[in-house]
Amino acid sequence: MPETRIGVFVCHCGLNIARTVDTHAVVEALREVPGVIVVDDYDYMCSDPGQQMVADAIRELRLTGVVVAACSPAMHEPTFRRAAEEAGLNPYLVEMANIREHCSWVHDDRDAATAKAIRITKTMVEKVRGDQPLHALQIDHVDRCLVIGGGVAGMQAALDVAESGFEVILVEREPSLGGHMAQLSETFPTLDCSQCILTPKMVEVSRHPNIRVLTYSEIREVSGYVGNYTVKIQVNPTYVDPDKCNLCGDCEKACPESVPSEFERGLTERKAIYIPFQQAIPSSYTLDENACLGLRPLRCSECAKVCEPGAIDFDMHPEILEEDVAAIIVATGYEQLPLTSLPEYGGGEVPDVIDGLQFERLLSASGPTGGEIRRPSDGRIAKKVVFVQCAGSRDPENHNSWCSKICCMYTAKHALLYRHAVPDGEAVVFYIDVRSGGKGYEEFIQRAVEDEHILYLRGKVAKLHRDGDKVVVWGVDTLSNQRIEVAADLVVLAVSLEAHPSTEAVTKALKISCGGEGFLKEAHPKLRPVESLTAGVFVAGAGQGPKDIPEAVAQGSGAAAKAMALLAKDKLSHPPEVVSIDESICGGCGVCVGMCPYGALSLNGSGVAECNEVLCEGCGTCVATCPTGAAQLKNLSDGQLNEMIEVALAGS
Amino acid sequence: MHYPANVIPIRVNCSGRVDAGMVLKALEKGADGVLIGGCHPGDCHYVNGNYKTRRRVTLLRRALCEVGVDPRRVRLEWISASEGARFAHTIEAFTDEIRTLGRSPVAALTGGGDE
Repeated sequence: MPETRIGVFVCHCGLNIARTVDTHAVVEALREVPGVIVVDDYDYMCSDPGQQMVADAIRELRLTGVVVAACSPAMHEPTFRRAAEEAGLNPYLVEMANIREHCSWVHDDRDAATAKAIRITKTMVEKVRGDQPLHALQIDHVDRCLVIGGGVAGMQAALDVAESGFEVILVEREPSLGGHMAQLSETFPTLDCSQCILTPKMVEVSRHPNIRVLTYSEIREVSGYVGNYTVKIQVNPTYVDPDKCNLCGDCEKACPESVPSEFERGLTERKAIYIPFQQAIPSSYTLDENACLGLRPLRCSECAKVCEPGAIDFDMHPEILEEDVAAIIVATGYEQLPLTSLPEYGGGEVPDVIDGLQFERLLSASGPTGGEIRRPSDGRIAKKVVFVQCAGSRDPENHNSWCSKICCMYTAKHALLYRHAVPDGEAVVFYIDVRSGGKGYEEFIQRAVEDEHILYLRGKVAKLHRDGDKVVVWGVDTLSNQRIEVAADLVVLAVSLEAHPSTEAVTKALKISCGGEGFLKEAHPKLRPVESLTAGVFVAGAGQGPKDIPEAVAQGSGAAAKAMALLAKDKLSHPPEVVSIDESICGGCGVCVGMCPYGALSLNGSGVAECNEVLCEGCGTCVATCPTGAAQLKNLSDGQLNEMIEVALAGS
Repeated sequence: MHYPANVIPIRVNCSGRVDAGMVLKALEKGADGVLIGGCHPGDCHYVNGNYKTRRRVTLLRRALCEVGVDPRRVRLEWISASEGARFAHTIEAFTDEIRTLGRSPVAALTGGGDE
């Protein structure tokens, strides 16, 4: 029986641990533990000298196991495992005892915290005592990446991955690429025409030999694991052959059915057969079967009658494609809080109260009013426009607690562009703060305030109501301590941004989480903003949280870099903390087989259970199920846990 | 975020790894209460381990009733990895409850543990 020679290293973490835990007392207590042959402490174990201390001890004292009592293993387990491996010790014989997040950071009483830190460290010594050397499995992977979402973040991610030589499948639920950026008139702070800077990217994506674009498509099911995900994609029928459609628009003229236009945010209508906007990619019309009079049986077919190229095909049907990908990037984007959720601001019922994206469409030269700022109710040019910031944001009592980040900037942009469009018009902005942190943003705000004579009033709008043909806005100016009442022609609400409603279905299929507010959850808010907690799944863009275009693009590139790091590896490493079956005591009951969520277990030819290590994720559900104890988790066996429990509770 | 220091964590990958034997071992060795924390239903990091935990704990609590151990000494709580405040609150509430229940009868019998 090889001798147990465990080294314990206690970190002070500066004062993070040492302020509350008496690290010297921990060192002394651990010296008494059988099998522990060296105990040391240091200010910052994760630093080079700290790691060197561990490496030296491994070599000089021929350690068979290491416990580093410090922060969470989520922080530095890889650090110490790597250091140990370089020093010649199997990395799976290294454990971390969390005496920071689980102890010094959450307790005040120094005596109690020290006693607990000793218990925690002793418990992990017990675990290491039972650990076996393990070797990570090397698995193959396909050379393909999936991007979910064809907005600016998703397109950037797709382009970056494709440029490095890997295949990309880009899935977009709308009939066209572009996302919300395609709906914007101009972008702050440069006032670039949004579609002018976006459409070249859309074209690049559609032309790239390594990118396969699937629009009007949705993710149905995802199975597998990092490096080998199998994705079922439903491609919905557009009933129009994009190779034949020449955008003549005759079908649209002939179609008798109209519905509110999603692209124009309901300000105008579109036909059942439509193209969302002229620069849509794919460059083709789409027949919305829900708006159409009926396809099965065919009730109308006026569009097909006038279609010269014969592009319309009523026999198209949904297709399910099954694709294997190594990595997935989720860029599902945002949606605005609907006006119906804001009863204090009219609840969507008061005419001439619109939201940010609707105002973009009014501003847009290709929009429903040709760029003229006309009131939706009577089409008159608006001479007095009130802009209400923070509509539904920063309001935990009634709506969303968060700041939607971009509204201060786009409201200033809106007011500025309005003043250019209607030089004799008045613009009033009700704000709480003005947040303008990006490059050139503050200067843009100053320009709006000083050069464009936009009236900025610091105060929240309490409510608004219709009075005749005006909208009366009740606000306040906190700097002069006055209640303000404005009779506006048009009110633009900078409504709160939320994760797009389609996010939930995607996250469920991928088994990644959203935070409490509904946005895609990143692995670490500071250090891992574009990774999810699931290996191989990355996040980017406004779906992860409200952000402007440069940030969305940057995240797209960031997520792409993470995916490429995976794709570029020869083989992927699969953690070896998986299930092992002791065939000599397995009774072949087979209950574990049905318990495994990954289908990793089966009964083999000899009638005993067998684990496919590549599919095993190490959850241990089968171990808890097994009546004989034949199924055990490597390095977290029932035996180890029993010893750990005993030591954790032993008299202090 | 602070909470009472009388709780010792044992980290497992999934609440589905926790079986009745482990909980009983903890009670035997001196724990006055055992708290099992798992992902919210529908959000299990390993798909559905937490559903199995829920069933196991239900049965275990019934069995504990039969042998005269207050089932409130074993608590299953859905706390996700990001819910630090909820964890702290749970520990506080559980500690208070265990204090009113007093020392575990199992610990008194086996003489396991301390204070």
